[in-house]
Amino acid sequence: MAIRELGCIFAVPFTTPVAVQLLREIWYLIQKDFRLEWRQRAALSGMLLYVGSTVFVCYMSFALRGGQLPVPAWNALFWIILLFTAVNAVAKGFLQESRGRQLYYYALVRPQAVILAKIGYNAMLLLGLSTVGFGVYALVLGNPVQDVPLFVSNVLLGALGFAATLTLVSGIAAKATNSHTLMAVLGFPIMIPMLLMLIKVSKNALDGLEWEASRGSMLTLVALNLIVGAVSYILFPFLWRS
Amino acid sequence: MIKSNWWKVLAVVLVLYTAIAGLLMPVPRLAILNETIRNLYFHVPMWFGMTIILTTSVVFSVRYLRHPTSRLDTLSHEFAKTGILMGLIGLATGSIWARFTWGTWWTNDPKLNGAAIAMLIYGAYLVLRSSFTDEQQRARVSAIYNIFAFSAAMPLFFILPRLTDSLHPGAGGNPAFARYDLDSDMRLVFYPAVIGWTLLGVWITQLAVRLSLLKQKVYEKQLA
Repeated sequence: MAIRELGCIFAVPFTTPVAVQLLREIWYLIQKDFRLEWRQRAALSGMLLYVGSTVFVCYMSFALRGGQLPVPAWNALFWIILLFTAVNAVAKGFLQESRGRQLYYYALVRPQAVILAKIGYNAMLLLGLSTVGFGVYALVLGNPVQDVPLFVSNVLLGALGFAATLTLVSGIAAKATNSHTLMAVLGFPIMIPMLLMLIKVSKNALDGLEWEASRGSMLTLVALNLIVGAVSYILFPFLWRS
Repeated sequence: MIKSNWWKVLAVVLVLYTAIAGLLMPVPRLAILNETIRNLYFHVPMWFGMTIILTTSVVFSVRYLRHPTSRLDTLSHEFAKTGILMGLIGLATGSIWARFTWGTWWTNDPKLNGAAIAMLIYGAYLVLRSSFTDEQQRARVSAIYNIFAFSAAMPLFFILPRLTDSLHPGAGGNPAFARYDLDSDMRLVFYPAVIGWTLLGVWITQLAVRLSLLKQKVYEKQLA
């Protein structure tokens, strides 16, 4: 098992600074998550297929009317697909961990490492998924984006923000009884403000406006990601204890 | 302070003053708004009060996480419920006001949407609470969600409306009421109204908290 390698943390001498220990723990946990994901490829391919088939369903439903999607609709549809993909991908993060394994982590690492590693892992996962999603989406529905670098960096910010927000929410939902409904109910309202900013910036990228126009919104997004990350970092130890 | 009575008297006096002076005192004559401007004393204080009361709820959640007692959990829950009540009344008064000035019950506006999102978040908070059977677990997890949702969403409710164009006063270059109210007549009623409605909300919460604590006591007696 990949988890056995967590034992390596004990090899770190106690004199090492706390921050370095934390970084090492995060590194091991992220590695562990990737290995687990790679060993049970069903989940990963499931998510990829989920993105693909959602895009295709959208394409088919709009193709019935024949003709191109108007740009605002293209934009909104893209973000809604990403939103649902993110909720589905992140939801399994804490749900798949068994109770026994959680106790095992509890004995080995500090909770801050667990949440930061999960956020990091989810961010990378969502980055991959949204890149694939964008590719397929642009392939079948056309690509009206005029400023691709801005659009891609916006998608990057979005993946980070979705990961930061949804990771703690999935931790909360995993504690409750009807987790899968709760995940959407708890997550969506918190994400709407973030989603609005993202859609605005991505509209700017679609129209090919200069970067000046979206700088304020992007800075707000970065600040929002920092806030959400910091609050998750502070709150997760309390969630973890139960 | 919370046990004494003077602030309840103050709440009654201020709300009565708001109702009487708000309906009788002179207000600026403005096109379209006309007499509906008096709704300012009832609609806007709801949002001030809601923000104050929801902040109090978050403060109690933080205190709960530091020193878990069921009393702090009850306080934060009841404050959140009062906040929801004030939010719903704020939405209702705003909706009626919009019908008579903008000609529609609801428009796509950052402030309206922010209010709706806040209601969704606290609806989710109530759903989350009801999906636990273990009391301590419920208290801890819902406190965590309360703090998380508040700090993730609240900053944007104050930033977004200032960035976007909107019909709503105080946004996108539209003046807030300070611009119309040149002779400060309205301030004489508005600020007391804010204090009065907020105190009334605190009072409602206090009664609800007492009732809930009593119910818990009765329940524990039945178990014993």
